Amino acid sequence: MKAAVLVFPGSNCDRDLAVAFRSAGFEVEMVWHKEADLPAGTDIVGVPGGFSYGDYLRCGAIAAQSPIMRAVARHAEAGGYVLGICNGFQVLCETRLLPGALMRNAGLKFVCRMQGLRVETSDSAFTAGYAAGQEITVPIAHHDGNYVADPETLAMLKAEDRVAFRYIGSPNGAMDDIAGVLSANRRVLGLMPHPERVVDAAQGGTDGAAMFKGLAEALVAA
Amino acid sequence: MKATVTVMLKQGVLDPQGEAVKSALGALGFAGVNGVRQGKVIELDLADGTTEADVTAMCEKLLANTVIESYRVEMG
Repeated sequence: MKAAVLVFPGSNCDRDLAVAFRSAGFEVEMVWHKEADLPAGTDIVGVPGGFSYGDYLRCGAIAAQSPIMRAVARHAEAGGYVLGICNGFQVLCETRLLPGALMRNAGLKFVCRMQGLRVETSDSAFTAGYAAGQEITVPIAHHDGNYVADPETLAMLKAEDRVAFRYIGSPNGAMDDIAGVLSANRRVLGLMPHPERVVDAAQGGTDGAAMFKGLAEALVAA
Repeated sequence: MKATVTVMLKQGVLDPQGEAVKSALGALGFAGVNGVRQGKVIELDLADGTTEADVTAMCEKLLANTVIESYRVEMG
């Protein structure tokens, strides 16, 4: 099982994400944004949190145009798994691998705290390790996590059971409290919270570990 | 030649920064500010022969996120 973790100028959660993948049994390769191809045999791409390109223009907008993201789009189109966390979620929306956009938090403040989430579906490799309706606690740390989509897109996400996580409460004004969404084939997940920061008791929580274990089990079974 | 691109949040998309500026203006005593929308202006210095269609393509691909933003192109 191989995970490729992307590194943009300004990424700062890339090493945490690599540790989380390794803890679930993945071999991890770090991939610089100027690469045109993913490593051979990549099963899942991790798009990490941070401030790629200093959030210039819009969060994730410049990273979305980098050579490696064209390779990630090909990987996704071929049915490969992609996990985008925080800035990675913003990048996936900017590349249109996921619908919607992430705007400035409604309260205008950078929000950094432990946050309650509800797992809305267990029907994906990312969430199979949780029960639908389960409440977990995961850190959030973002300035632009206010999820926005047009009414048709929101209705589609709900009808297709593609809202993976909702916030308990409203930390950033996101429509319908949406914290994470799945692609139509359920193999691309973007979320603002940071599951990779809670995979080991030494980090103060382990509620994120089930995501990486679930992915590992899905790939072993495949 | 020059082009100026104005990018604004679409009507109907809540603009938290505009709202904050509006309330700050009110706090300063400026009465009668009914609404504030904040956007960005991008000035492009272009090779001669660049067309408005080229600039529109730049907007669609990068300068604006058309999920939430609208844009206006002024050439010259």
